[in-house]
Amino acid sequence: MKLITAVIKPFKLDEVKDELKRSGVQGITVSEVQGFGRQAGHTEVYRGAEYTVDFVPKVKIEILVDTVEAARIVTVIADAARTGKIGDGKVWVTEVDSVLRIRTGEADADALS
Amino acid sequence: MDTGDTAWVLTSTALVLFMTPGLALFYGGMVRSKNVLGMLMQNVFAMGLIGVIWAVVGFSLAFGDGGGLIGNFDFAFMTDVMKFNADGEILNELPGLDFLTIPPILFFAFQMMFAIITPALITGATADRLKFKSYVLLIGLWSVIVYAPLAHWVFSPTGWLFKRGALDFAGGTAIHINAGIAALVIVAMIGKRRGYPEQPMPPHNLPLTLIGTGILWFGWFGFNAGSAGAANGQAAQALVNTSLAASAAMLGWLVVEKLKDGHATTLGGASGAVAGLVAITPCAGFVGGMSPIIIGAIAGVACYFAIGIKRAFKLDDSLDVIAVHLVGGIVGSLLLGFFADKSATSIGSDGVFFDGGTDLLVDQTVAVVAALAFSAVATFIIAKVVDLVFGLRVDEDDEETGLDLSQHAETAYTS
Repeated sequence: MKLITAVIKPFKLDEVKDELKRSGVQGITVSEVQGFGRQAGHTEVYRGAEYTVDFVPKVKIEILVDTVEAARIVTVIADAARTGKIGDGKVWVTEVDSVLRIRTGEADADALS
Repeated sequence: MDTGDTAWVLTSTALVLFMTPGLALFYGGMVRSKNVLGMLMQNVFAMGLIGVIWAVVGFSLAFGDGGGLIGNFDFAFMTDVMKFNADGEILNELPGLDFLTIPPILFFAFQMMFAIITPALITGATADRLKFKSYVLLIGLWSVIVYAPLAHWVFSPTGWLFKRGALDFAGGTAIHINAGIAALVIVAMIGKRRGYPEQPMPPHNLPLTLIGTGILWFGWFGFNAGSAGAANGQAAQALVNTSLAASAAMLGWLVVEKLKDGHATTLGGASGAVAGLVAITPCAGFVGGMSPIIIGAIAGVACYFAIGIKRAFKLDDSLDVIAVHLVGGIVGSLLLGFFADKSATSIGSDGVFFDGGTDLLVDQTVAVVAALAFSAVATFIIAKVVDLVFGLRVDEDDEETGLDLSQHAETAYTS
């Protein structure tokens, strides 16, 4: 099993979600996050005083998938989230030791289907 | 007594009261979220404390006949503020104000709202660090020792500046210059916010500030047009002047801001409008034609550049009370010496541009300097006393926590 984590531009969330649903993904977890990468922050001006805001708002998506599905889902996310401009974000995959569905007690692969 | 005049001043009184919560929102939106209740509370609290002080002694010290410098205690504790003769007619015993066609108690109420908002104006300068109990003592003393005498000088016909011929329609000197210079003095004494200016402290909720601006503009119609004391042409002219000055000042500020900083901002639009309202306050009933637009535009531009004053002197005037109220008040009071036009409203006198010579300009300058000097010295003494008694500033922990929690045990926004 794999955990796919993606950090994307917030306005791309809906497209990514729709594509993931279409690809058969059963559930995702979304959080609003801030950070910086190559995309710099921005400046704000209040009564002539300039402030640099270093952190850019992003959305983080987490998805648990079966190992064989991981590469395909990563592609789905990347294709949906891509604008071609700096700041599109990243997707990465990590190994997951175990998964438990709380309601039924199903474990691992059973818990994902 | 005139029922129309009475109805209008009753309405204006309510309009001016509404400006104080408007000011609270205007300021509240500009502070950090951990201090928004502290800011709202300081403003709204003035409606509590100053109202009572005004009834006990403030009104009497401002409008009693105690000579040119200060009133007396004739009207203390509401004595003789409302009186009837044997025929049931209202008696007006206010010195020099026998021309009023409204009940004296209504004049009391209208002026009370001015007394309330004036110390509240100062709170923008000391945002995020003034201890609440110190604020209570500070504005209580300040209202009696600074505001009441200054109001006497310019608003009471027995006051020395009024007699001299200085014009102040609705409070350029007694309100805006007074609060502005007091803010400067207190800011110099209390010091800057922790982390300023290295740490960014952007406004936490500009929509609140914009709502506050709208309330201020709306309430200012009562402030200025109500200062005519009657429902007449002068009131109408004052209302038009008020609105046009705010409009022109907004444009003035935004044009300079766009050219200098690259964008026309909501905060700039709001600040410009308020700067124009401040500047037109002394002029409102004494100018006409295109003058309010010129005065407003000058004020918008001047106040924008006046933001630089705090940087030059390394003062943390957090929400720019100096730039908007002190500079706006001075600009308006002095420009009146040029733009006053007796033909506009049939009262007042003529300024430099209306064949009046420089007499009025001299009187206006004297009034500005007198207000600056008196308020600066008296405010310094009061703030020093408060600092010795309670300490002006919250301690470091409380400042870091924020005024909301440390001073009032509340949180504005919970998630």
